[in-house]
Amino acid sequence: MNREAFERQYQDDWKRLGELLDHLERVKKSDVCGGFPELYRRVCHQLALVRSRLYGTDLEQHLNGLVLRGHHQLYRRSGPTWTQVADFFVAGFPRLVRREARLVGVAVALLFGPLLAMVAAVAARPELAYSVIDPATAAEYQSMYDPADSMERGSQTDFYMFGFYVYNNVSIAFQTFAGGILFAVGSIVYLVINGVVIGTVAGHMVNVGNGDAFFPFVVGHGSFELVAIALAGASGLKLGLALAAPGRRSRRAALVAAGRESIRMVYGIFGMLVLAAFVEAFWSSSTVFPSTVKYVAGGAGWVAVAAYFTLAGRDGRAA
Amino acid sequence: MLDTTRTVETPEGVELGLRLAGPAVRAYAWAIDFAIRIAAYTVMSIPLAFFGQVGMGIYLVLVFLVEWFYPVYFEVHRDGATPGKRSLGIRVLHDDGTPVSWGSSMVRNLVRFADLLPVAYGFGLASMLIHPDFKRLGDLAAGTLVVHRVADGQPASIPEAPPRPPGAVLTLPEQRAILEFAERQTTWSAQRSAELATLARPLTGLTGYAGHAALLGIANWLVGRR
Repeated sequence: MNREAFERQYQDDWKRLGELLDHLERVKKSDVCGGFPELYRRVCHQLALVRSRLYGTDLEQHLNGLVLRGHHQLYRRSGPTWTQVADFFVAGFPRLVRREARLVGVAVALLFGPLLAMVAAVAARPELAYSVIDPATAAEYQSMYDPADSMERGSQTDFYMFGFYVYNNVSIAFQTFAGGILFAVGSIVYLVINGVVIGTVAGHMVNVGNGDAFFPFVVGHGSFELVAIALAGASGLKLGLALAAPGRRSRRAALVAAGRESIRMVYGIFGMLVLAAFVEAFWSSSTVFPSTVKYVAGGAGWVAVAAYFTLAGRDGRAA
Repeated sequence: MLDTTRTVETPEGVELGLRLAGPAVRAYAWAIDFAIRIAAYTVMSIPLAFFGQVGMGIYLVLVFLVEWFYPVYFEVHRDGATPGKRSLGIRVLHDDGTPVSWGSSMVRNLVRFADLLPVAYGFGLASMLIHPDFKRLGDLAAGTLVVHRVADGQPASIPEAPPRPPGAVLTLPEQRAILEFAERQTTWSAQRSAELATLARPLTGLTGYAGHAALLGIANWLVGRR
């Protein structure tokens, strides 16, 4: 068969496929396209014939363009449904964290190790605080958690702080994750720096006698926030580890597989940090309740986080 | 091959040609998106400025969302292209040519932060220049490509001419060369076409405009107008 006859025989298919694709690209619904997959596969076959018989680049490009558009429509992926999102937070997320228990352990050590070390170091030698945070920042923290200044913050400020915590904390978590692609170095650096700074501030607050204002403030949201940052580090470590030790895969394949898994953990982290920002802005800052209530509620938060990650999703229902 | 094309095989067993987008066009697209984001922040800040600290709080949440999710939203819901990419005719696809999914778009846009390091997309640019598919770190982690949109234009028709048998058995690549010459001859000057046709003298025995006419005749014969 020569090209003219070929074109005569199949041009109706091409025209119909083009029209169907125009329609599909407009409506984005797949339930109205009778015969689309069949027609698409027929044109795929025709493209292969055009190539092997060398009918000409223009015809090949025309069919290549049609097939490419068809491919995009046929293999389009749909986003998650609300049920899937709910399932993820009920069961999938804690399961994922348990599956990565070793990396999570390393990340927790990288964050909390320097944190506790700095608390101890600053308690022993108070002047150490000033080699981590400059005196101006230290003074700022000092006045922020001054027990004498126990004025209740306005709800307007609470709202501003909510925006600030979302912007700041989630960005830090995302950066900690992204830094993992640099052979995990970025994630490790972020975890350690955050641990050192938080530990120094906490130690400094104790030294200057602001502990009674500082700890009731941080105990409420600290559970979600610190654990979420550690998990962001763990998901970054997973990326870096895939590059450094890909196992029996190519580095490229290992990295893509690790990316697909760890981004799911980032969804969970995002949820935790929005929750933490909410608690930090509207509950932690409130001075209506006595410190005892704050400690009890904060302790309950830690227990809840621990229980969530150890127990949730163990009953084997679909994630 | 120096061509910046990449082929992916579909489950139907055909290979699709994708034209990869290089660092320059992607930088332009980024600049357009950046300008759009700045404009969006400015527009958002004006009404929110009237609401004091509540307004500032909302503003920060919105800045956060735009900064991290602007590319994700458009890549997933607008055919793989942010407004900047769309205006330059490029889009994001998976390595296998399928449209980018939520997860992949999230990965490539979060890892963007590592591409930004140490300054001004340094790592991203280095990665794009080294990688044969112009991938930045985010594309590597997500398994995505940035490609030019292919226009599926109508097939060009070969100009009518009295068909003429080639007078020798032509191999497929030879036939193809003649057909492509006939398809593309409108894109050159007549003089250049005649000059090129002279190269086929061993086949046609003619040079210049006569050779050109002869080649068109053979092309017509080859496509079946005989």
